Amino acid sequence: MKTKQSLSPETGPPEEKSAKAVQYELRLYVAGQTPKSLTAFANLKKICEEHLAGRYQIEIIDLLKDPQLASGDQILAIPTLVKKLPEPIRKIIGDLSNMERVLVGLDLHKK
Amino acid sequence: MAKTRIQLPKSLTGIQGLDDITGGGLPTGRPTLVCGSAGCGKTLLAMEFLVRGATQYNEPGVFMSFEETAQELSQNIASLGFDLNELVKQKKIVVDYVYVERSEIEESGEYDLEGLFIRLGHAIDTIHAKRVVLDTIETLFSGFSNTLILRAELNRLFRWLKDKGVTAIITGERGDDTLTRQGLEEYVSDCVIFLDQRVNDQITTRRLRVVKYRGSIHGTNEYPYLITENGISLLPITSLMLDQIVSTERVSTGIPELDKMMGGQGYYRGSSVLISGTAGSGKSSISAHYVNAACQRGERVLYFAFEESQSQIVRNMRSIGIDLEQWVNKGNLRFHATRPTLYGTELHLSNLYEEINIFKPTSVIIDPVTTFLSVADEKGAKSMFLRLVDILKSDQITALFSSLTAGGAVLEATEVGISSLIDTWLLLRDIEGNGERNRALYLIKSRGMAHSNQVREFRLTDHGAELVNVYVGPKGVLTGSARHVQEEQDKAARLVQRQEIAFKQNELERKRQATEAQIAALQAELKAEQDRVEMAISQARTRDALQAEERGSMASSRQTD
Repeated sequence: MKTKQSLSPETGPPEEKSAKAVQYELRLYVAGQTPKSLTAFANLKKICEEHLAGRYQIEIIDLLKDPQLASGDQILAIPTLVKKLPEPIRKIIGDLSNMERVLVGLDLHKK
Repeated sequence: MAKTRIQLPKSLTGIQGLDDITGGGLPTGRPTLVCGSAGCGKTLLAMEFLVRGATQYNEPGVFMSFEETAQELSQNIASLGFDLNELVKQKKIVVDYVYVERSEIEESGEYDLEGLFIRLGHAIDTIHAKRVVLDTIETLFSGFSNTLILRAELNRLFRWLKDKGVTAIITGERGDDTLTRQGLEEYVSDCVIFLDQRVNDQITTRRLRVVKYRGSIHGTNEYPYLITENGISLLPITSLMLDQIVSTERVSTGIPELDKMMGGQGYYRGSSVLISGTAGSGKSSISAHYVNAACQRGERVLYFAFEESQSQIVRNMRSIGIDLEQWVNKGNLRFHATRPTLYGTELHLSNLYEEINIFKPTSVIIDPVTTFLSVADEKGAKSMFLRLVDILKSDQITALFSSLTAGGAVLEATEVGISSLIDTWLLLRDIEGNGERNRALYLIKSRGMAHSNQVREFRLTDHGAELVNVYVGPKGVLTGSARHVQEEQDKAARLVQRQEIAFKQNELERKRQATEAQIAALQAELKAEQDRVEMAISQARTRDALQAEERGSMASSRQTD
């Protein structure tokens, strides 16, 4: 499992299909490879592939390695998914098993 | 086996008074819950604990704030004289502001609060913190909807804090029936401190109580505390035992005659003196005399005035020939004049305590103590006074309390029964009669010294107070002009008496002379008689001799045998 803190561009197929399509910049905060983190990552991957194929980036930050990064995004709960772009910034906490709530959090629900 | 008792390790808070009632501070390496209603100073107490830890005890600290940003905190604390930014720069304190906004968070599935642990752990590790404050962790309950997870995580957090070995303060808002709204007391069970704020007669008093302290004895009462320029200040007075060291040194009252009434030496140092009397009976003047005497000895006096301003007192005392201003200028005397209704009694007491701690006087005047106590109810007033006397005694400060007795009240049944706490009690009393009011001074009691039981007349002259012997005669105690009149009458009577004596002496002399003359006459008579008798005897003897001679010659001539 690659939970590198470095940018791991899980970009989908070639460049933007539509120019107006919004780029999603997501950050997943985890603390080590706990079951919850792994579930969250798997769920996230799935949702992104389904709804945001080709226009998302996921950055995974492991707070065990970089604890100083926790305060920047006001992380308390683990795992936390932060939607940096598009604005507004939203946070989704938990293992992302409730798909509905994740979609609400990503502002994808209405579509 | 040596029976040494192992004391629970404690960390000094550095907060004035709190360390006294907890017997040395908060439990080291354990969390302490500080709870109370809004505005009672929880954050401040916690912050002072950190700052003093960092500056005085070399224990760096982490302040995790859930309500105020680092900037807000440092601004709030700066008004109390702490430079938070500087401490942060020196890496003695870390302030971490935790922001939780429900509307920005979606919850989807299982989570825990590992992020909070990591943040706190990181902050603790970077400065090797020994102290931690979580203010107010209850905010989390508004940020997360899953209270089950939250409670489990809090439980874990407090255990984790213990494992880390940090001394922590957790603050919590007071709940309706519980100590804290979210029942934090369930998790933090080692030490719980409760802060309370009450408003009585429009006057707010804050009180602190140690609800529990596992493994340690502690003061159980409610202690009033103050938020002053120097942080929190607590008055742990009611826990004091009667173990003050007493002095046998005596200090002059400033009035020689009054000294004389107390065995010629005056008050004991460190004793409490009550001067009670009706309005205008000269209470302040007696105090002023003492102030003057103490300052002349080079001591420091703190004068708490609750009715008159400094300049008024200085002016008034000048009229009886006492210059208090010089002592103010020399720094021996300090006035502290406030209106008693300005604060609650507790606040007054705390202020008093602060002032005493700063100025370090050897004597304190409280003028008048009745006004000072009038803001409290009777019960409160007595305990207040008791604490006041205790503070002063434990510091060996001689205290003069003047006490105003309302006209018509029973003079000796003073205000709130404080007289039993007093060592020396002077009663000034107006004696009315003959169309005037005069002052009389009694020394009702004076512990530990022989003292006069005499009633003296107390006069204020332009060169100070004087005590004059009153006239005690068949007509009762006379003072003022009646005493004057009586003295004149006495003088006249004495004159007449003297003249009578002289007359009698003269008469006696005359009699003596007459008697002596008589004696002389009788002696002369006796002498004449004696002369006459002696003459008769000698004549008789001559006659006998002549007769014998004649008989002899006659016989020889007859030639008879």
